Amino acid sequence: MTDLPTSAGRKLGLVIDLDICVGCHACVTSCKEWNSQGYGAPLADVDAYGAAPEGAFLNRVHSFEVTPENAPPQLVHFPRSCLHCEDAPCVTVCPTGASHKRAEDGIVLVEESMCIGCGLCAWACPYGAREMDPAEQVMKKCTLCVDRIYNENLPPEDREPSCVRACPTGARHFGDLGDPSSAVSQLVAAREGFDLMPEQGTKPVNKYLPPREKDRATAAPALEPVGGAGGFLGWLDRALSRL
Amino acid sequence: MHPAGSLIIFTVLSGLGFGLLAFLGAGIVRPVGWDAFAWFAAGYALAGGGLLASVFHLGHPERALLAFTQWRTSWLSREAVLAAAALGVMAPHAAGSVFFAQPLPVFGAIAALLCLATVIATSMIYATIRAVPRWHHWTTPAVFLAAALAGGALLAGQLRLAGALFAVLAVALALHWQAGDWRWRDAESTPGSATGLGRIGRVRLFERPHTGANYITREMVHVVGRRHSAKLRLIALLGGAILPATLLALMPPSLLAAGAALALHLAGMLAARWLFFAEAEHVVGLYYGRSSA
Ligand code: SF4
Ligand code: SF4
Repeated sequence: MTDLPTSAGRKLGLVIDLDICVGCHACVTSCKEWNSQGYGAPLADVDAYGAAPEGAFLNRVHSFEVTPENAPPQLVHFPRSCLHCEDAPCVTVCPTGASHKRAEDGIVLVEESMCIGCGLCAWACPYGAREMDPAEQVMKKCTLCVDRIYNENLPPEDREPSCVRACPTGARHFGDLGDPSSAVSQLVAAREGFDLMPEQGTKPVNKYLPPREKDRATAAPALEPVGGAGGFLGWLDRALSRL
Repeated sequence: MHPAGSLIIFTVLSGLGFGLLAFLGAGIVRPVGWDAFAWFAAGYALAGGGLLASVFHLGHPERALLAFTQWRTSWLSREAVLAAAALGVMAPHAAGSVFFAQPLPVFGAIAALLCLATVIATSMIYATIRAVPRWHHWTTPAVFLAAALAGGALLAGQLRLAGALFAVLAVALALHWQAGDWRWRDAESTPGSATGLGRIGRVRLFERPHTGANYITREMVHVVGRRHSAKLRLIALLGGAILPATLLALMPPSLLAAGAALALHLAGMLAARWLFFAEAEHVVGLYYGRSSA
């Protein structure tokens, strides 16, 4: 059903720390790997070894340059995936009921056997979080690794999304953002986590933590002028000027 | 947005078809026998044919019936339901007119309303997408409705009325373009809000996440010939609305005048619909290096 459920209180999601992410794309590859074998159709590529390879991914890492007032630019690596929005426009536009938001934990999923591949949900998402599978022609999106987090066949430490497990720097956190006492909620409160494009009215569950303020080196003292009146340096200066 | 040829042709032709059927249903023309056959067949072919073409364009047409289920939230589903209802309720009226020289005005009137509702539902699919600021505006349904009514009046042979409706269409198109330009210029979403990094400073894309294209860049970050947009707008406005209106106002009503107006209108509307997609910027472009103005 594409009606949005009234929340049961649990809001599973990710918290992504832009201060820590080094842009290694480990989350991208581990996501692609896990989702090529688990939930739904395997995430496909076309022309993988040819001249113009491309494929569907559920997570992409962009890099942005941010230039503060009166300070040098800084580089911020920026992972982008489905934010499991509370007011998910991708769900309400779906004509078939394939796109849905789960009442029990807020995960937004596509039931692929019901998807007609119309692509309207991808248009409705402001964040570009949905990509059509080039082989199966059904819509693919982040499942929050719904086939890992409840999977009792996995050791407990693996019951978290593949991207979170793979991140070598610990920039990605997974938990219940509907519970103010959870570790992720506290992290968001402590670090002033924010929503992406809040003006789009989607109420994202995932939060981003801002880069911490950088130290600012005091302006380096100017070098002593080379040359001058006499001595060896004076001679060198004059000799070089004559060349 | 990617201006897919099939979507452009489908929306233009089905709009025209539902417009014509609305006039036939409302009894503004009351043909019977072979006349009725020709008129209703044209209406059904344009309206239904467009819908059918769009179904076969889907990734999974075999599941298309599921699209009738989510009318409570989805305008695409409402479009499917309304279109089926319009064509279904029109059938007795059409059959009565063709075979028994007996129009059934009650069926016709209800079907006419359903036809117009279908056109509005089509336009609302676009108008409700907030992530495309240019579409998210009341002028989107206004253009779709005006185009369907003007084209429908023309096909129904109501040339004086059609002329007036073409003038309305011209105003709607101009308003849609102007409002769209303003909406994109004043868009609330910026690279700063998309990344949340605007609080630190000026945000610029440094590197894309992938070197090739993907579904998102092809569908939504598509940049095609926007530099010709001023010329195309002129062609769309003149051909789609102003010339047909002038023609119908100046020439004595005749098949020739109607045919010429129709040809101009079709060409202009195809250009207008192409622009409708090609000029529409999706906010996801902000993640791919587009700025908001
Ligand atoms: S990020 Fe996009 S795909 Fe995910 S829930 Fe929000 S609108 Fe839907
Ligand atoms: S592509 Fe599939 S999931 Fe998305 S709106 Fe269409 S039917 Fe629903």
